[in-house]
Amino acid sequence: MSTVAFERKVNYLNVDHRVRSWLLTTDHKRIGILYLLAISVFFVVGAVSAAIIRLSLFTPEGALLHGQAYNKMFSLHGITMIFFFLIPSIPAVLGNFLLPLMIGARDVAFPRLNLMSWYVFVLGGTFTLIAATTGGVDTGWTFYAPYSSIYSNTNVTLTAVGVFITGFSSILTGLNFLVTIHKLRAPGLTWSRLPLFVWAHYATSLIMILGTPVVAMAILLVGLERVLHIGIFDPALGGDPILFQHLFWFYSHPAVYIMILPSMGVVSELIACFSRKRIFGYEFVAASSLAIAVIGFLVWGHHMFVSGQSVYAGLIFSLLSYLVAIPSAIKVFNWTATMYRGSVAYHAPLLYALGFIGLFTIGGLTGLFLANLGTDVHLTDTYFVVAHFHYIMVGGAITGFMGGLHFWWPKITGRLYPEVWSRAAALLLFVGFNLTFFPQFILGYNGMLRRTYTYPPEFQVLNVMSTAGASILAAGYLIPVIYLLWSLRYGQAAGPNPWEAAGLEWTTPSPPPASNFDKTPVVTHEAYAYEEAPLPGVPEVGRV
Amino acid sequence: MIGHRVAPAVYVRVFLALLLLTGLTILAGFFDLGGGRLHYANAIVALTIAVTKATLVVLYFMHVRWSSRLTWVFVGAGVFWLLILIGLTLSDVYTRPWIPALPPWGISPQ
Amino acid sequence: MSEHQDTVALQHQFDDAEQQFEASALGMWAFLITEIMFFGGLFTLFLVYVSAYAQGFAEGSRHLDLTLGAVNTVVLIGSSLTMAMAVWSAQVGRRTPLLLFLALTMLLGLAFLGIKVVEYTHKFDQHLVPGPGFRLESPVANHVQLFFSFYFAMTGMHALHMVVGVGLLGVLLVQAWRGSYSAEYFNPVEISGLYWHFVDIVWIFLFPLLYLVARHT
Repeated sequence: MSTVAFERKVNYLNVDHRVRSWLLTTDHKRIGILYLLAISVFFVVGAVSAAIIRLSLFTPEGALLHGQAYNKMFSLHGITMIFFFLIPSIPAVLGNFLLPLMIGARDVAFPRLNLMSWYVFVLGGTFTLIAATTGGVDTGWTFYAPYSSIYSNTNVTLTAVGVFITGFSSILTGLNFLVTIHKLRAPGLTWSRLPLFVWAHYATSLIMILGTPVVAMAILLVGLERVLHIGIFDPALGGDPILFQHLFWFYSHPAVYIMILPSMGVVSELIACFSRKRIFGYEFVAASSLAIAVIGFLVWGHHMFVSGQSVYAGLIFSLLSYLVAIPSAIKVFNWTATMYRGSVAYHAPLLYALGFIGLFTIGGLTGLFLANLGTDVHLTDTYFVVAHFHYIMVGGAITGFMGGLHFWWPKITGRLYPEVWSRAAALLLFVGFNLTFFPQFILGYNGMLRRTYTYPPEFQVLNVMSTAGASILAAGYLIPVIYLLWSLRYGQAAGPNPWEAAGLEWTTPSPPPASNFDKTPVVTHEAYAYEEAPLPGVPEVGRV
Repeated sequence: MIGHRVAPAVYVRVFLALLLLTGLTILAGFFDLGGGRLHYANAIVALTIAVTKATLVVLYFMHVRWSSRLTWVFVGAGVFWLLILIGLTLSDVYTRPWIPALPPWGISPQ
Repeated sequence: MSEHQDTVALQHQFDDAEQQFEASALGMWAFLITEIMFFGGLFTLFLVYVSAYAQGFAEGSRHLDLTLGAVNTVVLIGSSLTMAMAVWSAQVGRRTPLLLFLALTMLLGLAFLGIKVVEYTHKFDQHLVPGPGFRLESPVANHVQLFFSFYFAMTGMHALHMVVGVGLLGVLLVQAWRGSYSAEYFNPVEISGLYWHFVDIVWIFLFPLLYLVARHT
């Protein structure tokens, strides 16, 4: 490693040390950091609630929590992880930080709106945490009516307000990204030269603005029913609770694509860089992001196969659910083809990317079991579903987030982290994850129901295995936190491009200056021009 | 000149057209135009008039007639997605009675 | 054109005023799409129920004051005209007409809200507000209560958006008075106009769906 002295240049981090310069910043890079801090708080809440659940399921009678207390715990876990960690994670942290850099812009289109989105997020999160600490909710993160609207005596309204407010944060972020990508691309940066990370965030932003308002309405109506007795879902008046589910899942299914698409964008960047090759089938990978976003809106009824929904509608939703798997598969094939005959370097980011591909494939394939009307009747509301979505959300989305965090850490902080520890942690995470969640496929297939605090004694071995795996998974997350924080103080100085990666963000110093680029770059090459040597726009640096 | 400048006379004409259509829809509401129990014909007429009024507002008052193709795509996407929501949700509700063996709980238009 | 305006407020992330204008408009359109989907959820549910409970919804609709609804429709369409004229005034840099049309739009908006207050008060007096206070002698009273749940949810949401719109107009008035707008920079007026017209469009659909369900029966 070449010894690049840590130059005390003015960058976005040290340009102003006052607290108010952070709290009133409109710099997209600082806002990305603010989001990282905020979602980390919620990740801890979600992780602790998960730990409590897994510990409680150590014994068939329920070791720690029973009844409503248990219901509140899994509700808290779902709500914090989905709305306050997964949905913002990559877009609000990495997207905010990187998008303008990747397209050669000075900032996003609406920087003040960007800051407002963070405050809105914090406000919504505060409401939800207050609701959680003063009794919580026992409805599950899905808030089904009429339990949530009439019968539950927990803090549904307060939680609903918190989630409703946070939805605006998502909408504002998506709105900002859409306009930024359309309007602020550097000269020469045509759509076909965009990094796939940008394509992924474009597709994600479409989902954010088209889907979020519908769940906002669903939640609002539940709140109105509780507070003002506007009983739209009240069966006693002739209301239909299934309609709540339609509005809820119209968003919440595409929401899972909000959670996975950015991660797929990250993986594209990682695979290209660490194979030193352009992404095979670039156009197909870009188009598949859009296809996932669009088709993803047509499948929500697969969450409602046994709800009382019409079987004919179920047929349509089932067929479309099979279709939505195709663009995901296209991505996996193209990533694999990219690595073939590539010059592969197994740094931590790539290990996470490989983990993503394997775990996402398993998660995705098991989704097909659930998309099938017949098998879903047996598998729905069992641990099979739980395992399926954790493979995608944790094995997929969070693993991608970890990979991206590691990949761009030198750019964001100007520091390198210890290589050996990072690879070990990535492997530990992979092992711990599989030990936690694979047994749950078997449990679900054999009939163990989800959201219950007891289970038949014959399921204990697999449950214990899952809990043990969770402890290893926890270590897999804890270790990177430790060495990443360590690196802020003691890490080696990173040059502008320690990975010798392609992309406009790597042409700036690490960390970048507040205004990103001294001169607006002009783009003349495709996104992953790895086969051209030397890499255009990349200053000469030594490898890590 | 930022944006496309529209002569005020155009706005006034659109306004008058909207008033006319409003009167028309109120008038039509008083006649049974047929369509069975659900008065489908009435509903179709009312919605057609409403869509026409909305289109006039979008095209002229909101300048979409002279806007970029990107704006057209945004507007179109919004309408299209709304139709997805309405269409697929109604496809559930309207096809529930097709299986008479199932208990008719929940809503099913008879 | 007044001498007192600021120079064109060009934010640092934009290259020129034209780009900033287009970006602002696009951003507002993206927001309006979210509003389409937000109200759309409510409209979807309404469409389901109005076809399932036609009799109850027709009866509910007949309890609404058609005259007030029609007047409100005319008021709102008029306010869209004055709003469009306000944007035009800003575009050609004429401050006085801009102030006039903004004020007119605001007044018409307030008139709309005032009429809504009158209507809501009537419904309260007639015991037609959903909840424990609802009272009606009818074989389909439950469905009529559902209708009024929609009536209050939909017109209430709409009214809330009107209040925000009136607030925006207030801000615009103050800014326009201070000479913040010129022919080169009137983005806030333009995008507020888009918002206002959208709220008008929502009412264009609300009016027939709620007030004209079965006037002929």
